[in-house]
Amino acid sequence: MAMEMRLPVARKPLSESLGRDTKKHLVVPGDTITTDTGFMRGHGTYMGEEKLIASVAGSVERVNKLICVKALKTRYNGEVGDIVVGRITEVQQKRWKVETNSRLDSVLLLSSMNLPGGELRRRSAEDELAMRGFLQEGDLISAEVQAVFSDGAVSLHTRSLKYGKLGQGVLVQVSPSLVKRQKTHFHDLPCGASVILGNNGFIWIYPTPEHKEEDAGGFVANLEPVSLTDREVISRLRNCIVSLVTQRMMLYDTSILYCYEASLPHQV
Amino acid sequence: QIRGSRARALPDRALVNCQYSSATFSTGERKRRPHGDRKSCEMGLQLRQTFEAAILTQLHPRSQIDIYVQVLQADGGTYAACVNAATLAVLDAGIPMRDFVCACSAGFVDSTALADLSHVEEAAGGPQLALALLPASGQIALLEMDARLHEDHLEQVLEAAARAARDVHTLLDRVVRQHVREASILLGD
Repeated sequence: MAMEMRLPVARKPLSESLGRDTKKHLVVPGDTITTDTGFMRGHGTYMGEEKLIASVAGSVERVNKLICVKALKTRYNGEVGDIVVGRITEVQQKRWKVETNSRLDSVLLLSSMNLPGGELRRRSAEDELAMRGFLQEGDLISAEVQAVFSDGAVSLHTRSLKYGKLGQGVLVQVSPSLVKRQKTHFHDLPCGASVILGNNGFIWIYPTPEHKEEDAGGFVANLEPVSLTDREVISRLRNCIVSLVTQRMMLYDTSILYCYEASLPHQV
Repeated sequence: QIRGSRARALPDRALVNCQYSSATFSTGERKRRPHGDRKSCEMGLQLRQTFEAAILTQLHPRSQIDIYVQVLQADGGTYAACVNAATLAVLDAGIPMRDFVCACSAGFVDSTALADLSHVEEAAGGPQLALALLPASGQIALLEMDARLHEDHLEQVLEAAARAARDVHTLLDRVVRQHVREASILLGD
């Protein structure tokens, strides 16, 4: 019986067809960056016998007297004000532990979470017991980074109505270095879906809600069935993002939109 | 993040956890127990010692770095292959390391030092040496030998293993540089 088989073929590296070359200084661990002791050492380097040696594989960045090596792929390092999308891993006494693709789990304190209805009051013992009713293990939330602890753990808050539990949609996990820093990370794309570009590399694609619900505060998950056209749009967007990631392009709303438009002639 | 036992978290360093497993079809006869047998535990321990020496654990307090290695086909030199593969994996993850860790096995048969023994040569019963090297500084991360070897021959065998490990390093170095170069070009300047 004859069968047709398609085997994967190694992709030709795109860099050859682009014809460009990099002007950066690329290092691998163990390379000596400089023997000049006048420089301060930053991330990705360490001092060994009066020489500055790289400890990750990447490109060297120099800012005046500071030398650091930016690695290709790292875990998310939190900065105050970043938007992140995370998954609840644990419910502890007065806080939730959220997984955000960083070195340590992030923390969402009960006092940093909006109560349903938007009331402002001190959190009591009943609120503590009702924590599991708000967010359980496995839920996805969008939040903003409030503070960073000394060991790198990040503290989140959902103090605005646009943050909170996420309902139906698709999550795409990419490397945090590929998400471009912009003014806003919540985008409503004209093709009919909305996307949240988390700085930690988690990207959430969901159907645009017809009307914004102001009073729910992000707690009520909309469980109505999503229409087929919306679902196709969302899956096409997800494939666009995955293909952009394999070619290592920065992700922001216009790049995703151009990719989407270029993919329209092909089927999902 | 530390999963499982919180009590083992070290306050100033990262914990390195290595597990070695070999597929049942990896050796000549089908192995029945891939995990938990003595050889796997010992390999895991050796890998852990090697990588604790190479990874800069000071930079990641209270967290855990997991390295899981699975051997699909074993024809001698499994420790060396595991170390080389794990080096590439740690490098790809962006975890800071002192240097590459390149490993090779060596033995002594008929008064000649041989490097990178195959399964048949290992089974012949001569002394075998496994060497893990940090090439740039020439420091040895792990040196392990089982069997008796005359002191005079040690130099020779060590030299052969070190040379082979350096060759591996050249290869790994080239591949990593190529990969970094491509990624850097695609990301744009």
